[in-house]
Amino acid sequence: MTPKDLLYAETHEWVRIAEEGGRKVATVGISDFAIQQLTDLVHMVLPKVGTQLKAGQEFGEVESVKAVSSLYSPVTGEIVAVNSDLPNKLESLGSDPYVGGWMIKVAISDESSLAKLMDAAAYERQCAAEG
Amino acid sequence: MTGPLLRTPLADWHSAHRGRMVDFAGWSMPVQYGSIVEEHHAARRAAALFDVSHMGRLRLDGPGAEALLDRLLTRKVVGMGPGKIRYSLVCNEQGGILDDVLVYHLQEHGGGLYYLLVVNASNREKIVAWIQSQMRPNDDVQLVDQTVSTAMIAVQGPAALRSVEPIVGADVGGLGYYTGLETTICGHAGIASRTGYTGEDGCELIVPATAAVEVWEKILAHGQEAGAAAAGLGARDTLRLEAAMPLYGHELTETIDPIAAGLDFAVNLPGRDFLGRDAIMAAKDRPDRPVRVGLVLHGRRAAREHYPVLCDSKVVGEVTSGTFSPTLEKPIAMAYVPPQCAPEGTELAVDIRGTIEPALVVKLPFYRRPS
Repeated sequence: MTPKDLLYAETHEWVRIAEEGGRKVATVGISDFAIQQLTDLVHMVLPKVGTQLKAGQEFGEVESVKAVSSLYSPVTGEIVAVNSDLPNKLESLGSDPYVGGWMIKVAISDESSLAKLMDAAAYERQCAAEG
Repeated sequence: MTGPLLRTPLADWHSAHRGRMVDFAGWSMPVQYGSIVEEHHAARRAAALFDVSHMGRLRLDGPGAEALLDRLLTRKVVGMGPGKIRYSLVCNEQGGILDDVLVYHLQEHGGGLYYLLVVNASNREKIVAWIQSQMRPNDDVQLVDQTVSTAMIAVQGPAALRSVEPIVGADVGGLGYYTGLETTICGHAGIASRTGYTGEDGCELIVPATAAVEVWEKILAHGQEAGAAAAGLGARDTLRLEAAMPLYGHELTETIDPIAAGLDFAVNLPGRDFLGRDAIMAAKDRPDRPVRVGLVLHGRRAAREHYPVLCDSKVVGEVTSGTFSPTLEKPIAMAYVPPQCAPEGTELAVDIRGTIEPALVVKLPFYRRPS
């Protein structure tokens, strides 16, 4: 279930690292586990292109019937793309969290932020512990 | 809360059926099994089962029980016929609300009359201590806390009665709203009542703790065809909020009086003497007392508890409960505001994490079941 080619943050965001135009770009979303835990999504707020983010900084929020949860950037850099259509089709997130469910792309300016991220096996252990 | 969480007789069933267990007033309770919205719709469209065994069940026996309760409750207890159930408040001398309760007047099978108080889980110990502190030496009342020895199951929705009728000895459908009786449930001695906390028709069953799983599974089986489903505290909260029923700790606290809470119907003043009466009388005459109102917002961001409520850009109150209403598909909330901000149609606003969103005062409840 948890894609092996992605990195994961403790706060349940996933990261796909790719070279784009000579720079490292991180595509960010939230994991299937996180979506299962949230359930009943009703609203999402995403930031604007050009926003500067530090690793661990809040970049948006996702709201369910029960509660509001913050979205945190797993990396440091500048937002170069936003999946601005996603908030209009939240129901698709559950079935497609890792491809269509991407939220932002961040041009990484400080690669040291990647060191804190987990691989899929470590992230699965965290999810199992959280139940 | 310290120490291990209390577990209802259904806790293992919940865990085995994907119930997401949380600490609620010191009890391990399911907040949801899957989707809160689907569980909510089950109650509105078919039937939903709620484990409400965490609610306190206090039995009062003895010749002094009626007078004691009449002194403790805002609602008249003297003259309540057997089988009657009333919603009432327990207030302190200052008129502050200690709890909201249901008082049942019941006839024991082949025996005498007694009272049952169903109280909030979070207030059970406080209310037991309060009753004991208010007893007089010659009162002749026996108080027994039956919370742990019994289980309580709420079945709510248009198909609720159909789902329980096969297992209940008495004619549940023939019971009037807010009445109840001792009967057999799956052959066990229990109590059935036409009560609930969702705005739907339905009933609540009290059974011996040892019979809880059997009764629960039988109701699910009988209701299966109609779409009955187990529902957690998450749906219980969205349902009661749509029905504008107050929740202790949110709309009701020791600093709120029953008049501000809009619960005049649960206060019987004439010819009575109960704790808090004088303070409630005085509150009636206070022109500036806050008013509980309903708010509807646009968009999809919910106004949640403690968010500031604004009138003409000035903070005038705060949200006590708020959610995204699964039935109305828009954000709804309750709040306390000054009387000049309370009329229906008043345009207020809520500060949602820094964004000021318009909010319209509407008539409560937000949802009323089709009759």
